[in-house]
Amino acid sequence: MDAINQGIYLDYASTSPLLDEVLEATQVLLPQFYANPDSLHTPGSKMAALQQRARKQIAGLLGCQDHEVIFTSGATEANNMAIKGIALANQAKGKHIVTTAIEHKSVMSAITQLVDHFGFECTILPVDAKGNIDLHQLEASLRKDTILVSVMAVNNEIGTVFPIDTITQIVKRYSKAYMHVDYVQALGKIELQLQRVDAASFSGHKIGGLKGSGVLFKGQNVPMLPLLSGGQQENYQRSGTSNAIANITFAKAMRLAIESQPVSYRKATRWKQRIISECKQIEGWACISAEDASPFIISMAYPKVPSQIMLNALDQKGIYVSAISTCSTKSQQVSYVHQAIGLSDDRSRSVIRVSLSSMTKDEDVEAFIQAYKEVIFHGYST
Amino acid sequence: MVTQPNIIVVRFAELSTKGKNRKQFITMLRQNIQEVCKGFPSCKVQQAYDRIYVLVNDENASELMNRLQDVFGIATLSLAYQVPLAINDIIDAAFTLIQKEPVSTFKVITRRMNKQFPLESDEINRAVAKKILQETDFVVDVHKPQVKVLVEIRHHEAYVTVNTIEGAKGYPVKIQGKAMLLMSGGIDSCVASYLSNKRGIEVEAIHFASPPYTSDAAKQKVLDLAKVLTRYQPFIRLHIVPFTDIQMQIAMNVPESYRITVMRRFMVRLAQRLAEQRRCKALITGESVGQVASQTLESMSVINEVTTMPILRPLVSFDKTEIIEIAKKIGTYDISIRPFEDCCTIFTPVAPVTKPLLHKAQRFESKLDIETLIEESLAATEVVMIRYNDAKEEDSFF
Repeated sequence: MDAINQGIYLDYASTSPLLDEVLEATQVLLPQFYANPDSLHTPGSKMAALQQRARKQIAGLLGCQDHEVIFTSGATEANNMAIKGIALANQAKGKHIVTTAIEHKSVMSAITQLVDHFGFECTILPVDAKGNIDLHQLEASLRKDTILVSVMAVNNEIGTVFPIDTITQIVKRYSKAYMHVDYVQALGKIELQLQRVDAASFSGHKIGGLKGSGVLFKGQNVPMLPLLSGGQQENYQRSGTSNAIANITFAKAMRLAIESQPVSYRKATRWKQRIISECKQIEGWACISAEDASPFIISMAYPKVPSQIMLNALDQKGIYVSAISTCSTKSQQVSYVHQAIGLSDDRSRSVIRVSLSSMTKDEDVEAFIQAYKEVIFHGYST
Repeated sequence: MVTQPNIIVVRFAELSTKGKNRKQFITMLRQNIQEVCKGFPSCKVQQAYDRIYVLVNDENASELMNRLQDVFGIATLSLAYQVPLAINDIIDAAFTLIQKEPVSTFKVITRRMNKQFPLESDEINRAVAKKILQETDFVVDVHKPQVKVLVEIRHHEAYVTVNTIEGAKGYPVKIQGKAMLLMSGGIDSCVASYLSNKRGIEVEAIHFASPPYTSDAAKQKVLDLAKVLTRYQPFIRLHIVPFTDIQMQIAMNVPESYRITVMRRFMVRLAQRLAEQRRCKALITGESVGQVASQTLESMSVINEVTTMPILRPLVSFDKTEIIEIAKKIGTYDISIRPFEDCCTIFTPVAPVTKPLLHKAQRFESKLDIETLIEESLAATEVVMIRYNDAKEEDSFF
């Protein structure tokens, strides 16, 4: 435990430590506020009032209505709910879905299920070396029977930022499809663009909230079949006893993330430049993340040291980073995101991902640079 | 060039009022807006002859707009850019604003109050439209535009705005003085409060509690409802009147079919006493003709007989569905339908009389010591002040 606390954590794209403010609120809430918010007694209605206030606060931050905020167990559920729920509820209008080649696994797999088992068709837009899609190709892919377009705001492995506003405008102009955006890596990192978006997924634990907290924003006029049916929670759209404390503290985490976003963005931009300017002196080193990608996610490759070895070496020095998407670490294959941007398998196997947040400090970045160079120049034996 | 809209333009409703009344209207409206703005410490309120301006400063503009939409006496509101008197700044502001709208049709409308400005209204219209036409997919429609770009050339600055939204209309709250609302915790009384606010009446509320037949949760429900109603008037004084003894006496002495009638007569008596103490000029109820047994014309007249004070019934001719629609709009519906017993539902007789007779009601009441019962109830009344901006312990969770 101590070792972890003393180390330097640079894997915020996987998850984040709790914000102090969230921890404080949780410590007060957890022992007292155990009631089910749907119970009619005093503790229950108190809980319901707090949860409703959280919903309101989130709606205010996202610029939507209270009832358009659906609490989920996280972004994987939010993505599944939006994609399967909207696709199944609208299949009479068409069965065609458009997405990109570098979406998060939870989006990819949800769509694959729809294609494999429910007769949907999917167009997967290819990306260039920076991870960008061709907007003309997007326009051409839209059909009369396209019912859903799902695009992430920021890629979780290489940080590519998709122009959500422009994409939404194209989707709305050339089709009747609903627009879903996976905002997980954008919340608190870059400015949100929710104008005319029909559904958007958010995760609490990536911004210092509790694990098991997520939100799906879904416009009130968007038909969606609930994945979890049962009780009246979340207006029958997501049944199951509410995880009220996670939901309440998510509102706080989201407020803090959005408030600190402009400042953290400036800091992260500086850190990314710092890392790149130091590392590019190393022969053979390459930054995989594009220049205009999110500064919070820096993917880099040094072909002579395979990722797993680099990870272990940094780990021994108390610096924690990732290789690829943490949701795919158990599969032996190379990352499909790396394949999509045309990275060779060899190169892909040497990629590490450094991810930052508002909690990162200047010293953390410097320590990483020093340790990374040490491993490269002096080997990793301690 | 500013990047955020920085001013809210407030236009007045009901300006058919003239002369001294007009001045009073505007002063009251400004005070009410200032009260709302207390929740947004850095914003400033400025009054001009025919407008009130709210400078947004560091506050969240859309939250502020939402709050101002609840203030009565406002006809329309626009979130605007205040820019220097230079055509390029005006064009830039209009261009930035229109890009936030879904692509559709537009029209530029200029009001040029400052005749010194070198360009004429039409020239300004054309200059602004040119940039929008060249760089966006908007097209002009002068007859039925989806988006109206409004440019106001004033003496020291210009205002550019795209979307004008409807205000709450009506009169500023308090301009008509106070009235006492009989508040059950149901759907109707909240809507009655809202509609009274709309005509400029400040509301105090009276709630009858019958513990242990009604629970704490039922009382909490009324507190929660009052809290929602503070969106429309900055604070509400809520009188919680114990009603158990009176109900027990009624239950023991009055035949079942007349219990509701007699109970309602007691409520009105209590409300009138409190109203007089609190200098309220009228009583307000959420009654709607024919909705329940106590709301037939016959019942109303028997119940009305105990007071000389006017009883306002803003919902008198509303259908239940219309009332529910308003309740949803004002945010009280979800709380109102929480299933707690209130003092009316507990003693509901199987077959209440729909056409009560006054002399019968009076005869049944003669067995009760009306004056003592009322005095005792009033002496034990609890007063709660409910404010919109109450700081609470739970604030630290958010």
